Amino acid sequence: MLFVRCYTCGKVISASFDEFKERTEKGEAPDDVLDDLGITKYCCRRMLISHVKVW
Amino acid sequence: MNIELREKDDERIVFLVEDVNIPFINAIRRICLVEIPKLAIETVNIYKNDAKMFDEVLAHRLGLLPIKTDLDLFTMPSECDCEDHCSNCSVSFLLKEKGPKIVYSKDIKSNDPSIKPVYDTIPLVELHENEEIELEAIAELGLGSEHAKWQAATTCSYKFYPKITIDNQACYNCGVCIDQCPRKILQFDDEKQVTITDIEKCSLCKTCERKCSGNAITIDYEESKYIFTLESDGSLDPVTILKKACDILAEKSDNVINFVMNEEE
Repeated sequence: MLFVRCYTCGKVISASFDEFKERTEKGEAPDDVLDDLGITKYCCRRMLISHVKVW
Repeated sequence: MNIELREKDDERIVFLVEDVNIPFINAIRRICLVEIPKLAIETVNIYKNDAKMFDEVLAHRLGLLPIKTDLDLFTMPSECDCEDHCSNCSVSFLLKEKGPKIVYSKDIKSNDPSIKPVYDTIPLVELHENEEIELEAIAELGLGSEHAKWQAATTCSYKFYPKITIDNQACYNCGVCIDQCPRKILQFDDEKQVTITDIEKCSLCKTCERKCSGNAITIDYEESKYIFTLESDGSLDPVTILKKACDILAEKSDNVINFVMNEEE
């Protein structure tokens, strides 16, 4: 499970995670998807890019 | 004081403020961050949790859910007359799900249908075959100074308005500053002079100033001119946060005025 919010700034990032996962799995470039989802700050972007499912 | 709006939507407001001093604008920033009340889940009674996720992790995830807040409907628990929880100071949510499925924030139902999480798509917990979850969560108003889950404004900051001076006589037109600028705000114009495209994007990092061999470019900032950015987590819209922050500041100033008036009498 992805964290609900970004560690650093507190933006709610997990709301867009399903869409991010779906679109990147289809072959879209992650940076374009993140721009599209309005996740612009690098602290929030690393939350999605570097996520590893543990739970 | 001069204010110019730059950007405004449901989650973010950016504006330019002129002719104010730092203590004043910083007071507003700090109030926006930690003194605006909003709803967040505080108490979670877990009746059943078969998921792999521990109870405390799940409770923490629930606490971080942003909940749409109408400040007129609720009072702070410390100011409420009730002994424990009542409908004036809290909202109760129920969650009862059976796997296999991923439980999302939209599955959590409150006793007041108008109060719900801001986003429907936040994954809360994953349930496998025959796993069940049943819990009651109570949300109440709180302040960001106590816990970050009650912070209505996630990011609230101001930066100095940049001032970039380019000395065309000293410039060799080498283009190093253009290549080095991390925000890509410098470019050559038709006469091969360095020009600035969007000065407000400048982060005042001074990379161009350091890399310039002819000392032709200097980065400075304007006195008493700031770019103020406020981002909300969605529970309150940025304009409400800003208005409430100014109200709180005015209320505090009123206290001082009242004190002085009483002393004079």
